[in-house]
Amino acid sequence: MSGLAIEIRHLYKLFGGKAGNLIALAESGLGRAEMLSAHNHVLALSDINLHIESGRIQVIMGLSGSGKSTLIRHINRLIDPTSGNVLVGGTDVTRLSVKELRQFRREATAMVFQKFALLPHRTVLDNVVYGLEIKGVARAEQERHARKWIDRVGLGGYERRLPSQLSGGMQQRVGLARALCNDAPILLMDEAFSALDPLIRVDMQSVLLDLQKEIRKTIVFITHDLDEALRLGDRIAILKDGLIVQNGTPEDIVLTPADDYVSAFVKEVNRGRVLTLSSVMRAGEPAQSPLGLTADLTLEEALSRMIAADASEAAVLSTDGVLLGRVRFTDIVAATLRTSVGTDAGLPVFAHTGCLRGSHTVSV
Amino acid sequence: MEWWKSFPAMDDLRLTEIKKAIDSGFLQFTRTYGVVIEDFFAPLKSFLIWSEKLAITTPWPIVVLVFSAIAYASTRSWRIALGTTVGFCLIGYLGMWEDAMKTVSMIFASTLVSIALGLPVGILMSRYKWLRVSVTPVLDVMQTMPTFVYLIPVVMLLGIGKVPGLIAVVIYALPPVIRLTDLGIRLVDAEVLEAADAFGSSPWQKLVKVQLPLALPTIMAGINQTIMMALAMVVVASMIGVQGLGQPVLKAIANQYFTLGLFNGLAIVAIAIIFDRISQAFGRRLQNVRGHEQ
Ligand SMILES: Nc1ncnc2c1ncn2[C@@H]1O[C@H](COP(=O)(O)OP(=O)(O)OP(=O)(O)O)[C@@H](O)[C@H]1O
Ligand SMILES: [Mg+2]
Repeated sequence: MSGLAIEIRHLYKLFGGKAGNLIALAESGLGRAEMLSAHNHVLALSDINLHIESGRIQVIMGLSGSGKSTLIRHINRLIDPTSGNVLVGGTDVTRLSVKELRQFRREATAMVFQKFALLPHRTVLDNVVYGLEIKGVARAEQERHARKWIDRVGLGGYERRLPSQLSGGMQQRVGLARALCNDAPILLMDEAFSALDPLIRVDMQSVLLDLQKEIRKTIVFITHDLDEALRLGDRIAILKDGLIVQNGTPEDIVLTPADDYVSAFVKEVNRGRVLTLSSVMRAGEPAQSPLGLTADLTLEEALSRMIAADASEAAVLSTDGVLLGRVRFTDIVAATLRTSVGTDAGLPVFAHTGCLRGSHTVSV
Repeated sequence: MEWWKSFPAMDDLRLTEIKKAIDSGFLQFTRTYGVVIEDFFAPLKSFLIWSEKLAITTPWPIVVLVFSAIAYASTRSWRIALGTTVGFCLIGYLGMWEDAMKTVSMIFASTLVSIALGLPVGILMSRYKWLRVSVTPVLDVMQTMPTFVYLIPVVMLLGIGKVPGLIAVVIYALPPVIRLTDLGIRLVDAEVLEAADAFGSSPWQKLVKVQLPLALPTIMAGINQTIMMALAMVVVASMIGVQGLGQPVLKAIANQYFTLGLFNGLAIVAIAIIFDRISQAFGRRLQNVRGHEQ
């Protein structure tokens, strides 16, 4: 089933006994710190507005305690909002009756949990079929689907094991298979890959991206790993103390961070994998090179092509072949290393010097 | 200063009147509804008769074999299985076979009734806080009220025999199943329940597929306690006509037959140990299967 759009409007979540009375204060702008000190309530989410297009991957990042898990739980209403609305495919989830909500969760969503939340008394296979079992799918059919996904997450042969007999990373993959097996148009993934080793992690990212090529689901993905966010996200939203401080494409976030908080997140990023030629090319300048590269190539890909062609510069073309400008090898290297080449216009001037590294995790 | 030295009690005449009024009220109640209540318990009575007959008429080698097999199956220990065999054989050899079987069938029946009542009550208690708040003091009373006190109304209502005996045993032995069912369900990890919710489980699906299986080891601990408490009631229950190992003990007390009392007492102990080991091992194995202790 392909995706459904998600629309979150003026969402507030206040934890505490008198949330109903105090929400008006939050809506009129009282911050998280004051709410805690003056009223002993936690303002977990504050005026969240988020539009997630159908079939896209929306990444959510933010420090620990910034409200990511709280936000994602509002989409399948594991948490009721204090005020605001969550619309999924046009239906207001916050208004569903108990029965409708159950149906919505069975048909429309599947979730991977930060702490796995596997059923400890059930084997891997019986955990993975759980969603289908709840829906009343025939057992043979359940198992057929489940085995496919168990194999796909690399756990073939472990069907009869109990979760307690698996490592943390394996348990997390069981959680992943359980969600994928449900074949829902919306996938909610709360730090779904956090316990995986780097190799399996990249493999699981590929599973997700491959899945997106076949059936475009709407995926909400929480992560602390910026490289993961950049690789997966069509858009990235950054949460800080319950507020969305920025929501944009990976390139937006890296090139124009909204504030110091966002800059801190992207400081260590491998720019070569995020920035595209369009952001470093010298627009309008004629190219003297026989090598033509499209503007949407990442700097890393562009560099390796230029090295392969032994070219010191290249023409930059649009996807339909129109000449846009030229780019020099050194421009790309400089942008990747965040060093200013200086003289020429049309080039972003980079303040810091960094170095090219393989993978970075923003530690929080 | 008279009231300071001795407690200013209600005067005797009025106190007696109140007691009389309550007694005659209850007597009236038993006269009017005694038959109805007896009819209500008729199915229970035939079940008790059936299970006792089964225990007595089954040839002894089969009984010994079945119990030893159950012991082995639940504990996977040859020692306990052998102990079970020896225990039952000794009981039989010392002439207590029939009484022992009557006691075993009584324990079996009262445990079943306790589970049948206790499980639903425990489940409901875990779900509704008001129910927990109101049932808990009742359970406290059931466990601490001297047994002889509630034997009185039971006998007044139903006379002497198997059914009143069973009711007395169940009143005493029921609380642990209820308490531990409630506790076991409430101890189920909130995150696991959240996952069950996230996949759209109905309350019934959640109960049957998640809560009860995960609470089972705790519930088994409750059942174990219930069995032990039922065995502790064997002698008391024999005072209101329950047959089995309790009656010889009663006779021994009245006539000062030391050996008779000792033998029957030891037989009760042997049965208690066997049942305890079996039900405990069963609970432990459930837990192991779930991997909490591996
Ligand atoms: N049930 C609750 N009752 C009270 N406060 C809560 C509750 N759930 C979350 N909070 C508070 O809401 C805030 C956001 O929590 P949340 O779990 O959404 O953070 P997070 O961004 O997912 O963090 P992490 O990266 O550590 O998972 C925290 O300050 C937390 O203390
Ligand atoms: Mg979280």
